[in-house]
Amino acid sequence: MIKTIVSTALPIDERFMIKKNVISHGTGKKRICIVTGTHGDELEGQFICWKLQRNILDNLEQLDGTVEVYPALNPMGIDSITRGVPNFDIDMNRIFPGNPNGSMVEQTAHAIIEDLKGADMVIDIHSSNIFLREVPQVRININDSDTLVPWAKHLNVNFVWVHEAATVLESTLAHSLNSTGTKTLVVELGVGMRINHYYGKNMVNGLLNLMYEMGMWKQSVDKEKIITPLLSIADEVSFVNATHSGIFSTETHNDQIVEKGQLLGQIISPLTGEVIEDVLSPTHGYLFTIRAYPVCYEGSLLARIHNL
Amino acid sequence: MKKEILFSMESPYRDTFRIRGYRFGEGEKSLAIVGSMRGDEIQQLYICSQLVKQLKELEDKGMLIPDHEILIIPSANPFSMNLEKRFWAMDSTDINRMFPGYNLGETTQRIAAGLFEAIKDYSYGIQMASYYMPGNFIPHVRMLETGYEDIDTAKLFGMPYICRRKPLPFDTTLLNYNWQIWETKAFSIYGGQNNEVEGKESTSTINTILHFMQRIGLIDKSIRAHCADYNSVLLDESELISVNAPTAGIFYKKKDAGDEVKKGTPLGQILDPYEGVVKSKIFAPEDGVVFFAHNKSLALQNTPLFKIHKF
Repeated sequence: MIKTIVSTALPIDERFMIKKNVISHGTGKKRICIVTGTHGDELEGQFICWKLQRNILDNLEQLDGTVEVYPALNPMGIDSITRGVPNFDIDMNRIFPGNPNGSMVEQTAHAIIEDLKGADMVIDIHSSNIFLREVPQVRININDSDTLVPWAKHLNVNFVWVHEAATVLESTLAHSLNSTGTKTLVVELGVGMRINHYYGKNMVNGLLNLMYEMGMWKQSVDKEKIITPLLSIADEVSFVNATHSGIFSTETHNDQIVEKGQLLGQIISPLTGEVIEDVLSPTHGYLFTIRAYPVCYEGSLLARIHNL
Repeated sequence: MKKEILFSMESPYRDTFRIRGYRFGEGEKSLAIVGSMRGDEIQQLYICSQLVKQLKELEDKGMLIPDHEILIIPSANPFSMNLEKRFWAMDSTDINRMFPGYNLGETTQRIAAGLFEAIKDYSYGIQMASYYMPGNFIPHVRMLETGYEDIDTAKLFGMPYICRRKPLPFDTTLLNYNWQIWETKAFSIYGGQNNEVEGKESTSTINTILHFMQRIGLIDKSIRAHCADYNSVLLDESELISVNAPTAGIFYKKKDAGDEVKKGTPLGQILDPYEGVVKSKIFAPEDGVVFFAHNKSLALQNTPLFKIHKF
């Protein structure tokens, strides 16, 4: 059943609406929410929402509980290829828990939190941005690691990154929900503005596996096909940033072990024909992020490696 | 006056990105002023450019108080200004949300780090700031409540209001917040608007800053800087009464920032965008002064159009 959780008038003959699809079956009381589309340039979650619902609707007898799917928390952003909220020039994932008396976008954030609160599990799906390609991973604030890491292991991702707490991240949807007792896992996979079907199908298997572990999906997923993720606990990640501006050219794919000193790519000058910089791995480790967008400035992130 | 490049970075395709600073006087690092950090902060740039012009004249006439140094940075983001984009164009990040910066981090973190390195050791810091919602303000000094904020010094600007607010987690990366943590007495000045340079507001803000410099002992007291000198009202942002749009449509404003209103005074109307009829009338909820007024002709539902400071 489609429900509209936010409906606000726009100036000229249009309403701003956030919708969810609620699928219930059986007598189980468990509720899982799949949310995505917070950043308008991240699209991997769109395929996952569709594919998950196809699987559930085609096998509805396996469901014992409620699945709620929110494909677009920032519908205006997705519709206009805008990462933030178009009218406000604001990153939606920096204004939670919102404010019922604030601007339209703050009220929207508040309504989203109120709607999700109390779910047994929330999965917040992101797909990086247009600049970086990510292996499927779950990101967890170190303060929530005891509660969330065991659940993250069911999600069929390659990597679980338990990162340090940062004050600025307290304004995210996941932090707002986790701090009020609603378990929320942040998933990152793929790259902005694109859909990777392989990743998407794996994630749907992971979601069904998680639902099975939660006791709301009767059919066990083939455990042989569930990836055991590499777990990275705070401060074990090396960042590779560009030391020069130019075009980042690479034939390196993420999801592989790299050696210290291994060539990850080059920063090249199309004007002079020079190689400006050889980008080398600073460590032996697991390469989980690689830059996808070629134009880079000094400081642009090129790669992230979990130290082994 | 010494003109120098405080930070530079090569771009893949454009000219070199440069942050220029103008130093006046020598000695104790007394005052740093930062103009535009966003590409649409034109008034902020203009005000700084006029201060550079005036301080140069004062220095040439020997009217700067000795043993103090003043640094003015008219723009920390010329690249976005030249593109007419508010944020860093490549990734839409906001330099003012990157402090204290990180010199090994992402591009705008490096810019913030380079800028902060140049301005962090000053006794006083002024940022010419702007607000995330489009609107006109009563000119005021704004400061985050960090425990280090100095209200008595803020009063030396003589602006009508000092507005203080509690920082949200998201605000801990602002320049004002970090300046304070690094023990600079930091003030954000809201002169009114972003894009207009003409009119009394810019001149008034320039003179307000010169006035402040006199009072903290940086320029000669005989200099005449014409501006109103208010006994500033201190208010907490949470005291402002928000008047939100009851519906969306064309916004026809009848009152503006600075206007005094009585309870029930018409503030504006929302018109049907196709049929022209009045959909909603907006009235003042209390006696007071309009502190903030939305200045775009379209209004979104539930979004603040006015903020009233109640008498």
